[in-house]
Amino acid sequence: MAQYLLAVHGDDAVYDTPIEEAQPMYDATAAFNERIMADGIWVFGGGLKRINTASVVDGTGSDVVVTDGPYLETKEYLGGFWVIEAPDLDAALKIAAEGSKACGGKVEVRPFEDGE
Amino acid sequence: MTQAADIRAEIDRIYREEYGRVVASLARRFGDLDIAEDMAGEALLTAIERWPVDGIPPNPGGWLTTTAANRAIDKIRREKIRDTKHQAAMMIQDDTPHEPTGPVEDDRLRLVFTCCHPALAPEARVALTLRLLGGLTVDEIARAFLVAETTMAQRITRAKAKIKGANIPFRVPERGDLSDRLSAVLAVVYLVFNEGYLASSGDDSIRADLTAEAIRLGRILRQLLPDEGEVAGLLALMLLTDARQETRVAGGELVTLDEQDRSRWDRVLIAEGHTLVRECLARVEQTNGVPGAYQIMAAINAVHTDANEARSTDWGQIVALYDQLMVVAPTPVVELNRAVALAELDGPDVALAIVDQLDLSGYHAWHVARAELLRRLGRSDESRDAYDAAIAATDNPAETVYLSRRRSQVAG
Repeated sequence: MAQYLLAVHGDDAVYDTPIEEAQPMYDATAAFNERIMADGIWVFGGGLKRINTASVVDGTGSDVVVTDGPYLETKEYLGGFWVIEAPDLDAALKIAAEGSKACGGKVEVRPFEDGE
Repeated sequence: MTQAADIRAEIDRIYREEYGRVVASLARRFGDLDIAEDMAGEALLTAIERWPVDGIPPNPGGWLTTTAANRAIDKIRREKIRDTKHQAAMMIQDDTPHEPTGPVEDDRLRLVFTCCHPALAPEARVALTLRLLGGLTVDEIARAFLVAETTMAQRITRAKAKIKGANIPFRVPERGDLSDRLSAVLAVVYLVFNEGYLASSGDDSIRADLTAEAIRLGRILRQLLPDEGEVAGLLALMLLTDARQETRVAGGELVTLDEQDRSRWDRVLIAEGHTLVRECLARVEQTNGVPGAYQIMAAINAVHTDANEARSTDWGQIVALYDQLMVVAPTPVVELNRAVALAELDGPDVALAIVDQLDLSGYHAWHVARAELLRRLGRSDESRDAYDAAIAATDNPAETVYLSRRRSQVAG
């Protein structure tokens, strides 16, 4: 078994969608979450607040520097993610396809270092 | 040729033939493409040393696989002593047969599907397939696709690292996913074939080594998936196209279908292709199915190869087949080919009206089609301009010579 990050990317429009319009997406995502929890696939997951809530901390120099804003200024950014367990990439891609359908966003699939 | 040279050539031939089988078998057993490739290489070195002395074994493929597997086990044992990773060592002890994971069990098929995984970049799929199943060297693949050897080596290394790192499984997809994944595999094989049949650039107009490789891969797929219509369709398409190869270039100039010497077409390949097309038709009828794009393209080529002279070509049937193809693969290129066939039935003006509406100005065949239709309509100046555009858009030497001659023949 390997762990994969399923990262959902999108732009501000996702956050601007009125709640009544977005509700089916929330419901589908909740149902997907419950399903993968029941199947033992779920490790962790969650949605992130808007990009304007992000700060960057740089502790690599002698002083710690904190700046307002995200690490990368892009139109589309990480909006939420899951960490899942899957036997191989094919299985992870299948779960990602369901997750993408549920939340209405594109999903990047990336394996974790397995700590070898 | 000396006897030593004879046996060396024979070893090379056997190795090329068996390479995919050896690598696929090792990849399945050890789950590691690098080990599989390296040990297949070492088995070759051992063969070069031993076979001239001991003679070629009765089952050379089995000999190579066993030798390579023994080398792999030695290597893993040595590494086990060096570090504490036990996972690899466990594989040596674990001799249980591989879990059957797909509708068909064959190591090579598993490897084709791994090489053509949709999570790999399309150009990496082609390179990996040629390397691991075709046994072509990195240098040969680099030359075929006109990139530097280091670029191609990097591409292959990166793809292998992704297979390992992302845990892309060595598996034939399950029934439900098979047709999606199969289309990627067939696309790779057809790409290899087309690159050989009309090299996009370079000094050679035809790369017979590549067309032969694609046909060989097609035959393996057909052996492994005998019930897949599109597999039979692709093989038939390649055979019927390849049957005309000998007549396609004369004196360094491309010869079009209507001007080819049909008596020199390869009748054996044509017969085999026709049999496959008939088999596809029968299956479609039995199952009330819809034939896929490769089957329809094969059928179009079957109609062409059925005619003993260009004049007796059944254009009505060809246009009808293109109509079918437009349903399953509605691309501008298919529309262009349909229009060219339609010109034979309804005249060049009807065809030109369709061609002019297609957004294909970057595609050399579009300019060729326009040039030919304009010429038949007596619109000489426009025809010459279109030939110029076509010449500018192709890098194939035989096609350039052909187009230049055609251009010079446009009246007045």
